[in-house]
Amino acid sequence: MLRLEKLVKRYPTGDEALRGIDLEVPAGQVMALIGPSGAGKSTLIRCINRLVEPSSGRVLLGQEELTSLGAGALRRARRRMGMIFQEYALVERLSVMENVLSGQLGYVGFWKSWLRRFPQSAIDEAFRLLERVGLDTMVDKRADELSGGQRQRVGIARALIQDPEILLVDEPTASLDPKTSRQIMRLICELCEERGLAAIINIHDVALAQMFVQRVVGLQLGKIVYDGPPDGLSAEALTEIYGEEDWSATIRKVEDEETEPPADEDTTSPLPDRERLAGIT
Amino acid sequence: MSVAHSPGIRRWKRPPLIKSARLRWAIGLGAAIYLSFAIGSIEVNWLRVYEGLDRGWAFVIAFTEPDFVKRWRDISHGLIESLTMTVTSTVLGILLSIPIGLGAARNLAPLPVYLFCRGVIAISRTFQEIIIAIFFVAMFGFGPLAGLLTLSLATIGFLAKLLAEDIEDIDPGQAEAVRATGARWLQWINYGIQPQVMPRLIGLSLYRIDINFRESAVVGIVGAGGIGATLNTAFDRYEFDTAAAIIIIIIAIVMFAEYSSGLIRARLK
Repeated sequence: MLRLEKLVKRYPTGDEALRGIDLEVPAGQVMALIGPSGAGKSTLIRCINRLVEPSSGRVLLGQEELTSLGAGALRRARRRMGMIFQEYALVERLSVMENVLSGQLGYVGFWKSWLRRFPQSAIDEAFRLLERVGLDTMVDKRADELSGGQRQRVGIARALIQDPEILLVDEPTASLDPKTSRQIMRLICELCEERGLAAIINIHDVALAQMFVQRVVGLQLGKIVYDGPPDGLSAEALTEIYGEEDWSATIRKVEDEETEPPADEDTTSPLPDRERLAGIT
Repeated sequence: MSVAHSPGIRRWKRPPLIKSARLRWAIGLGAAIYLSFAIGSIEVNWLRVYEGLDRGWAFVIAFTEPDFVKRWRDISHGLIESLTMTVTSTVLGILLSIPIGLGAARNLAPLPVYLFCRGVIAISRTFQEIIIAIFFVAMFGFGPLAGLLTLSLATIGFLAKLLAEDIEDIDPGQAEAVRATGARWLQWINYGIQPQVMPRLIGLSLYRIDINFRESAVVGIVGAGGIGATLNTAFDRYEFDTAAAIIIIIIAIVMFAEYSSGLIRARLK
């Protein structure tokens, strides 16, 4: 579905952020991209939708080669890739609804978007998504009035209203507390499953990644050094990705999660799904 | 290092800006000598100052009995002209400032556009309003058209520059997120940039209205119409009571404009 071929990114400073990445993500697969800061994770996902222009190599989404598209075609291709950001990247002075509808900008003309006259189908979908992420009572709140977890839900709705085929997710939980982080990760993975979406999730928290994803790719200095299942991350693999460290705590934590399933919140709470998700402030 | 080992008191003094004590004293002394010569070189005609005191006093006295009535027709004509000039030049200035401000923001515009727009801003900021007004009066003759053009040009220098700087300071993450949705350039500006700079743009525009009103009084003195022209005439005729009335009106309007723009700005966030 998504294929990267010998992708290289060299910044004008001479730093090689990506050194020939070959990666294939099949449809519907949720993949975590881990690696130390500066390994090139952010650069990698931004090279896919060309927010960062790759220096060489190819990116193929389905049959379309993204790396050779002109401006107009690139805009249309970007509609197929939803992006979720580390600091939520909501437009803070716009309302929740405007932020969600901004995911439709690739589909509507300038004047319609300027007058906020979006097609009814888009508005219906926006309401549906806000309901799904538990924010349907906050439609006209300004984005900067929301808590971190709520903002990220808006970010997720904005990405999904694009009706994408793949989600590019950049550190979705980096600014969230541990509980909200889990809920956000679970929400993203549930939505991917519901909609058959593929996803690349950049994430620092290895244990959290292992809880939710089907595949882990480890990046180090712009090269892929690990590609395999989440439980294949041994101390040796983590050392190769991050460098020498005592990994026993990280690995044991994973085993804990497995003996005590992460579904604890679901079992303790009899509330319906939406309210459970909306309960975080 | 020996200090660190000695058991005595360790003194500390803020290191001086200029290390060499000799240079420090030389600069200080030099500045004092220059200043005393400079002050000595200003010729003061004390007799003229003494005569002027009378005239100044007459002017101060005039404030106790300003005459709004005698020249009311001239005053109201000048006022309306000034207010018209203020509003039209501010609106025209804002309309021109927005595209120029966008072009002068390095994070939006390609280099040639950036340099051109920065050039326009630099020109408009180089010349003081009076100089531009003299130029436009020479070009278009006396009257409010010259004033309108002067103030519009000055507004561009002020507003476009500050708008461009505000755009350069935006949170790039918000703009990037809008770009990632596949938005067109104008949509990107409308959704990703505009909400971030709008409160400041409105605040600056309101501020500019009262600057433009004050400036409209000044450019009138060089013949660009408005209340300044009326004020100038009043001075020329030694009608201090009328001049006082005009100045009181200007003060009142400026205060009102400042107060109301302050109120509006406080409500924007």
